[in-house]
Amino acid sequence: MKPPIFDYVKVSTVEEATAILADSSKEAVVIAGGQSLLPMLNFRLAAPEILVDISGIEALKSLIERDNVVTIGAMTRHVDLGSSPIIARHFPVITKAVTHIAHLAIRNRGTIGGSLCHADPAAELPMMALLLNAELMVAGGKGPRTIAAKDFFQSALETDIQEGELLVSVSLPLLPPNTGWGFEEVSRKSGDFALAAVSAILVVNDGEISEARIAVAGVDETPRRMNGAEAMLRGKMLDDDHLTAVCETIQSEINPETDLQASSNYRRHLIGVLTARVLKDAFAGAGGIFE
Amino acid sequence: MTRKVPINVRVNGTKYERMVEPRRLLSDFLREDLGLTGTHMGCEHGVCGACTILLDGDSIRSCLCLAIQADNAELTTVEGLGDIEALNPLQQKFREHHALQCGFCTSGMLMTVTDMLSKNTSLTDEEIREGLSGNLCRCTGYQHIVDAVRDAAKQAGDVSS
Repeated sequence: MKPPIFDYVKVSTVEEATAILADSSKEAVVIAGGQSLLPMLNFRLAAPEILVDISGIEALKSLIERDNVVTIGAMTRHVDLGSSPIIARHFPVITKAVTHIAHLAIRNRGTIGGSLCHADPAAELPMMALLLNAELMVAGGKGPRTIAAKDFFQSALETDIQEGELLVSVSLPLLPPNTGWGFEEVSRKSGDFALAAVSAILVVNDGEISEARIAVAGVDETPRRMNGAEAMLRGKMLDDDHLTAVCETIQSEINPETDLQASSNYRRHLIGVLTARVLKDAFAGAGGIFE
Repeated sequence: MTRKVPINVRVNGTKYERMVEPRRLLSDFLREDLGLTGTHMGCEHGVCGACTILLDGDSIRSCLCLAIQADNAELTTVEGLGDIEALNPLQQKFREHHALQCGFCTSGMLMTVTDMLSKNTSLTDEEIREGLSGNLCRCTGYQHIVDAVRDAAKQAGDVSS
């Protein structure tokens, strides 16, 4: 349970990092907080030739609100996300989600960039990126580019990041007025990865849902948006019958795995229960009246 | 064997300069290079919490950090809290409440709680349990640890207010 041999470079600029990552003669891997990478190194599931430590790049640690967008630097730690007044004001669903990420000692080092690039299908922040229509800014490679969250997560632990590229920041467009949110997660014990997690955003105008977003984690190869269920909600009120139909639609569209922690059927059951709770919370939070 | 590189750390107020392999875990560095064996190694993949220490005031898992990442950092281990003749107030509460049996998890528990109490001393039992949930104890059933933390939090709150 000790890491294999590697070289280590601590960089202080994005350009230095991308130059090393672009050099294809050696397999380089980025280390941010290391809270997913270190276990993989200790288990020898990863064996890079060079670790590129980006924790010294100060430009990646900002969290700013400008022109109706909140931009979060890739090296922003979970603990900083969870205590940020900007996040609490605009995206309380993230503040809630962060409380489910592992434990304080992990949140003290883990980063949003690391979590998104690790792309664990049961992790909270990839689900948040999908729910909140995040845009991910990447440097290096063929030049800076922006990737929509829906195109970023390709399968378990696989993203659209290409060789030589580095995730530098995540941008979240602010939500409209009359928005409500919900977040629910079940794990075997506090801080464990989700057996199932659901989050939702509902915008309610004149008693009707004008915008609906539902994202799930832990029940498929990647976190997923539930487009079919979202379409069922738009232009509707929320009542018991409709809620049941939406939950059943989601249950039929996911592909949860059976593993040592839980069966596929149990995960599917959880998603139904959690979706109902999350949608009720989001609807009430947006000023809707549940019939 | 890869090349070793120099690192500087301050641990419990003492400065150390040592040569380390980049792959050296901080937990191994503390135990084997510095001889500070109060930090325990349980799972070595960030699950059990036994190796918890403070890095620049924040609790971290020392098995999920490379020694080289701690270059120029200020570290606190259980040896920095108190000693057998003079336990610090938190250690004293653990002793009074019988919050340990075999003691393997205790150093990690103490460092986790030190971080918790440095940020908030008005903790509900639920918050205490949530805060301890990343530290596994196979002996106590946790109840006495929760009692010790509640009492320590009350004392710390009384002192600071």
